[in-house]
Amino acid sequence: MNLLRIQDLSLTIHGKHILKGISLDIATGEVVALTGESGSGKSMTAFATMGLLPQGAEASGQIHLLDKDLLSLSEGQMCEIRGRDIGMVFQEPMTALNPVQCIGDQVMETILIHGAGSKAEARARARDVLTRVGLPPDQFPLSRFPHELSGGQRQRVVIAMAIALRPRLLIADEPTTALDVTTQAQILSLLLSLAKSDDMALMMITHDLAVVSQMADRIAVMQHGEIVEEGATDDLFSEMRHPYTQALFQASRHQANLPAPVFAAPLLQVQDLKRSYPLPRPHPFAKRPRFEAVKGVSFEIAKGERVGLVGESGCGKSTLTRAILGLDPIQSGHITLDGTPIATAGPDTKRKIQVVFQDPYGSFNPRHRVDRLVSEPFHLLPDAPQGPARQEAIAQALIAVGLSPSDQTKFIHEFSGGQRQRIAIARALITRPELIIFDEAVSALDVRVRAQILDLMADLSREYGLSYLFITHDLTVVRSITDRVLVMKQGEIVETGPTKQVLDDPQHIYTQTLVGAAPTLPDIGDPHAANAAV
Amino acid sequence: MNRSLFLGAWLSAIFLLGALLSFVWTPADVGAMDIPNRLKSPDFHHLLGTDHFGRDLLSMIMVGARTSIAVAVVAVGIGMGAGVPLGLAAAAHSGGMIDEFISRGNDLIFAFPSLVIAILITASFGAGAINAIIAIGIFNIPVFARLTRGAALSLWQREFILAARVAGKSTTRISAEHILPNIANLLIVQGTIQFSLGILAEAGLSYVGLGAQPPTPSWGRMLADAQTMVALAPHVAIVPGLAIVSMVLGLNLLGDGLRDRLDPKLRVMRT
Repeated sequence: MNLLRIQDLSLTIHGKHILKGISLDIATGEVVALTGESGSGKSMTAFATMGLLPQGAEASGQIHLLDKDLLSLSEGQMCEIRGRDIGMVFQEPMTALNPVQCIGDQVMETILIHGAGSKAEARARARDVLTRVGLPPDQFPLSRFPHELSGGQRQRVVIAMAIALRPRLLIADEPTTALDVTTQAQILSLLLSLAKSDDMALMMITHDLAVVSQMADRIAVMQHGEIVEEGATDDLFSEMRHPYTQALFQASRHQANLPAPVFAAPLLQVQDLKRSYPLPRPHPFAKRPRFEAVKGVSFEIAKGERVGLVGESGCGKSTLTRAILGLDPIQSGHITLDGTPIATAGPDTKRKIQVVFQDPYGSFNPRHRVDRLVSEPFHLLPDAPQGPARQEAIAQALIAVGLSPSDQTKFIHEFSGGQRQRIAIARALITRPELIIFDEAVSALDVRVRAQILDLMADLSREYGLSYLFITHDLTVVRSITDRVLVMKQGEIVETGPTKQVLDDPQHIYTQTLVGAAPTLPDIGDPHAANAAV
Repeated sequence: MNRSLFLGAWLSAIFLLGALLSFVWTPADVGAMDIPNRLKSPDFHHLLGTDHFGRDLLSMIMVGARTSIAVAVVAVGIGMGAGVPLGLAAAAHSGGMIDEFISRGNDLIFAFPSLVIAILITASFGAGAINAIIAIGIFNIPVFARLTRGAALSLWQREFILAARVAGKSTTRISAEHILPNIANLLIVQGTIQFSLGILAEAGLSYVGLGAQPPTPSWGRMLADAQTMVALAPHVAIVPGLAIVSMVLGLNLLGDGLRDRLDPKLRVMRT
């Protein structure tokens, strides 16, 4: 008998159809992945199972956990089940823990709420569970607070809370999306081994096909609130009957068609750059210690060259970006663009460098229209086009990124994440810069949109001879879109070389770890070709 | 439209219209004494009754509203006009000397009890509406400066501000173009609340005789004059008292309603 049996589950929120007749079974000890793009309804399926639907939601159908129909239970009865029979791990470990409670109390809370023992027993159990998730109390006492732990360690605490009562079903909603690759690999193997040893069913929700292919026994692909394809992992990847699955798979390992690089004079030169931040004084009369975010970095980018910068969070990538853009003062070293030091550069030089940020939702003033947003960098031009010429320039920039000139009178909230990122690129292009810095510019996008943006960048590179510095933590993207890669760790560049060479044959131990930890898609060739052969 | 916004807007509008109307027409001349008809209860000739000189109370309330509103408007104007630019400057140079100077200056003004200092100012520079305005206005500056700095600081971390910096815009220009429009709703809400506090402060100053001087009517002094006659003719004290209470209540309701409407964080909670 199946542990979880979802039958014909439909869901509307304020009359809007979110799920349309989902049916899914999960057996004891099975790892099932729900995958799909944002808005496909995968998280809502999990929330419906947990009974944590938002206000205005109406669910119909049945969700059976063994013999109980979860949809017919009262809130009080669901409280009994949550935590005891079903555990949940959330995406964002930074906000899933209460910052003013120590980790021991938070793990004990699950145990105490369900009356599964006295305080002393709960404490002993919390100790056991934290040891199981790799936080032994002799190194990580129960009295630690969340802010004293790293992201990966916090996610371990969240997992400990979820499995404290040995639930039969564990739901993990994008458990590693907010984590670095090396941490991601550890958390994924932890989840798998816990599921194995407790014979626990694991419902894993993720957008990352590579993660899915490595973990899941079975996969359900969702689109627009429906499961379009479902099957055992190997079968699903080898057959891929549904075009949407094929499209997702293609997009996940998309290789943009980059024009051959032309090597020319150096454009950006960074020499022995150091950047440090003052830390709080340890006591009122002490000197302020400084944190060295970038410790003597040197590199060059030639005209027309496409360079990737890879590293995990906290390695100094963003600090380096801000220094190159001249936004922050530097402590020592030189940054020159076309021979001019960036710190003292006038608008003439600054117009040659532009930037595209990660968050398509935070990169625009919500009160301005697209024409004003896109033309903002015109401020750098002494003879910025006026009137019809300005309209024409804005229209051209929008066309270059695949939008229509009529979009310029719209407000930014009328656009999707991918379109916003196109607008961000249009804004960066409008001064005809020679170097664009992409700061995690595709990390927040769905795979298919990401593939389109990567193609767009390749096109722009071909048409405008653009150079760019592409900053990311995603090795697949770097491979797709750059000629040369710099690997950064703790404020230093540890390895550099042609992208393919560095990723295929990493020399530095850190690069080896990174490459080894990155989840990879099964290499099964082109599904279209496979289908044609059948 | 929510209830508090509706009620608050009407209450405030009634007083505002009364004040505007008093420029062209009042039921009776506020300066005209009519001793035989003093301390009359409300009747058809005098809708709110008369005071100890036989002056029409309704007319005095209307003209008094003029003083109260004028003092509060100018005081809030001083507070916003000086406080908002100071707050923007402090946020733009966060952590620097300018920020330190402005923030510590705010702390300094906050450290003094506002009404006592207002009394000190009016007592030393002479009683009158102008000095009351200045005294109340000064204490509005740090309120707006702090609010602006706090809201602007979080905006400076946003990526669209970084994008504007990359576009080469100066901090002053970014503050005016990007920061200010995005915190305007907060300022409007705080403005209505400071407005009601300004009216209370003006009433307080004129109650102790340091506000607008006779014969200009003011709510605070009407209350003070009526004090000795409360047993004889309670309405003479009740009328200006009620006027102050309803005006302040109206503005507070208006502020609450506007906050619900304009603050995006609360908007999510309501839906």
